[in-house]
Amino acid sequence: MNIFVCVKQVPDTETKIIPTSDGSFIETASIKWIMNPYDEFAVEQALLVKAANPAANVTVIRVGSVKDTEALRTAMAMGADDAALVEAGDNLDSYSIAKALKGAIEKSGKKPDIVLAGKQAIDDDALQVPQILAEMLGLPSVSVIVGFELNGSTVKVKREIEGGALEVYEVATPVVLAANKGLNTPRYASLPGIMKAKKKPMAQYSLADVGVSDADRRVKYSGFKLPPEKPAGKKFDATDAAKQKEVVAQVVGLLRTEAKVL
Amino acid sequence: MANVLVFTELHDGHVKPVTLEILGKLAGQSADVAVFGDIGADQVAALAKCGAQNVHKLKGANLDKYSPEGYANALAEFIKSKNYDYVFGGATSIGKDLLPRLATKFDAGLASDVTNFTMDGGVFAGTRPFFSGKCLAKVELTGPKPHFVSIRPNALGMTEGATAGAGTAADVNANAGDIRAMIKEIVKATSTKTDLTEANIIVSGGRAMKNAENFAILNTMADVLGATVGASRAAVDSGFAPHAMQVGQTGKTVAPSLYIACGISGAIQHLAGMRTSKVIVAINTDPDAPIFTKADYGIVGDLFTIVPIMTEEFKKLLGK
Repeated sequence: MNIFVCVKQVPDTETKIIPTSDGSFIETASIKWIMNPYDEFAVEQALLVKAANPAANVTVIRVGSVKDTEALRTAMAMGADDAALVEAGDNLDSYSIAKALKGAIEKSGKKPDIVLAGKQAIDDDALQVPQILAEMLGLPSVSVIVGFELNGSTVKVKREIEGGALEVYEVATPVVLAANKGLNTPRYASLPGIMKAKKKPMAQYSLADVGVSDADRRVKYSGFKLPPEKPAGKKFDATDAAKQKEVVAQVVGLLRTEAKVL
Repeated sequence: MANVLVFTELHDGHVKPVTLEILGKLAGQSADVAVFGDIGADQVAALAKCGAQNVHKLKGANLDKYSPEGYANALAEFIKSKNYDYVFGGATSIGKDLLPRLATKFDAGLASDVTNFTMDGGVFAGTRPFFSGKCLAKVELTGPKPHFVSIRPNALGMTEGATAGAGTAADVNANAGDIRAMIKEIVKATSTKTDLTEANIIVSGGRAMKNAENFAILNTMADVLGATVGASRAAVDSGFAPHAMQVGQTGKTVAPSLYIACGISGAIQHLAGMRTSKVIVAINTDPDAPIFTKADYGIVGDLFTIVPIMTEEFKKLLGK
């Protein structure tokens, strides 16, 4: 069984984001990169399947810049068997990324049975790549999954929809699945795992190697800027029990007369 | 002028408000609407009032409930039979899942989760957040048409006095094609309230709620306001609320008109999910809590005394 996990490297949530002076993207020199949090659930799910099916092979793939290969090494330290990196700039659109992932899967020479990814990456929050990849591979897909059960060549997955309701799908492999928080609890990489990961094979390709060119861009992002600063709000002290009712009434009144939201 | 198709979903028989937001913003373009199944005359009228020319009701076998492939196949076939420059939809649960797949059937691009846009000269130019709203960027589409756009609910707002369209409704025979990933069962949510991502008002609780039972006071306030209840990651991780209620990074990104944060300190992960709310009210005992730097109205005080008082004030104001 061949399992592919698509991972992205994204700025750590705490990182301060500074647009470049020409607005073409953001300053990336001092950013701390991490594996996209949703991708950790995808990696973990692949490893859980491998634990139950020891013959399974787990390949992690990433499209992005080479300056840091943290995400792929982390995934291999968690237990993935091998990795592929498609070297690319930072500001690619979802269509180009999906096409590069497809190219990398084909380059491996392995036919995918399960392709996993996080439901979205917390840099562009586009929520597109798994579905585009599925369509490009001609495979069914289920996104935002919070439950996974493999029975032979059929998977039963739960997709979280509005209000926390769940759609239960049954689908034969091969299939593309996009993971949400709640699917599992990702493991930490062990020290021996980290040592072993250094020796695991990592294929490296250029975008051209996997058949992607500038002509594949569908969405152009530019003019990166900080959002307008919100003017300072009004703060009221309601710690004094005698004044609480008055203060709250005042705020509720302002919500209608000033903010006009009620 | 561009020819635009707006895909809409129904919720309890009503078109989702984001559809009307999109139609209003498309004033000056020629806009049709596509919907799966039947839709009431009052809903067609609501769409027409916001500018819908034709309302296409797609009907066929295996289209009574959502499936990524069935909906994408049927819409692709319909769109190919027309001449649309753009296809818009809400960045809803279905929209997020469906539109990337549908766009790829045309080898076309999708600008997703757009929060504002113009159509000067019939050409789309949008704005969308990056890095959880820490940044904004311009978004443009290139390559084969039609071009696809998904819009974040509540971001555009309703357009007052939109130019009405003809609102001509007609059935379309639609073909779901082969469906491999089919829904076997739907497990209903315990709550019937509007989803967080589409809610107009949200009342959210943090770690200071102390336990799950205490969320009852937020539910009471939410019922008065017609709001949906959310929670911070700290509250979810402490087991006070299910993950479906989480607002923030690794939870839902929301943009309501009014967000009331109760006992939420305002960790960056939480701010990431709610910073684009139009008006933010924060209640916290700690006067230095970071949430106050984002709040339009901050109340320093104990939520357990403030929330019930506020609920009473809302009742008076709204005549309930």
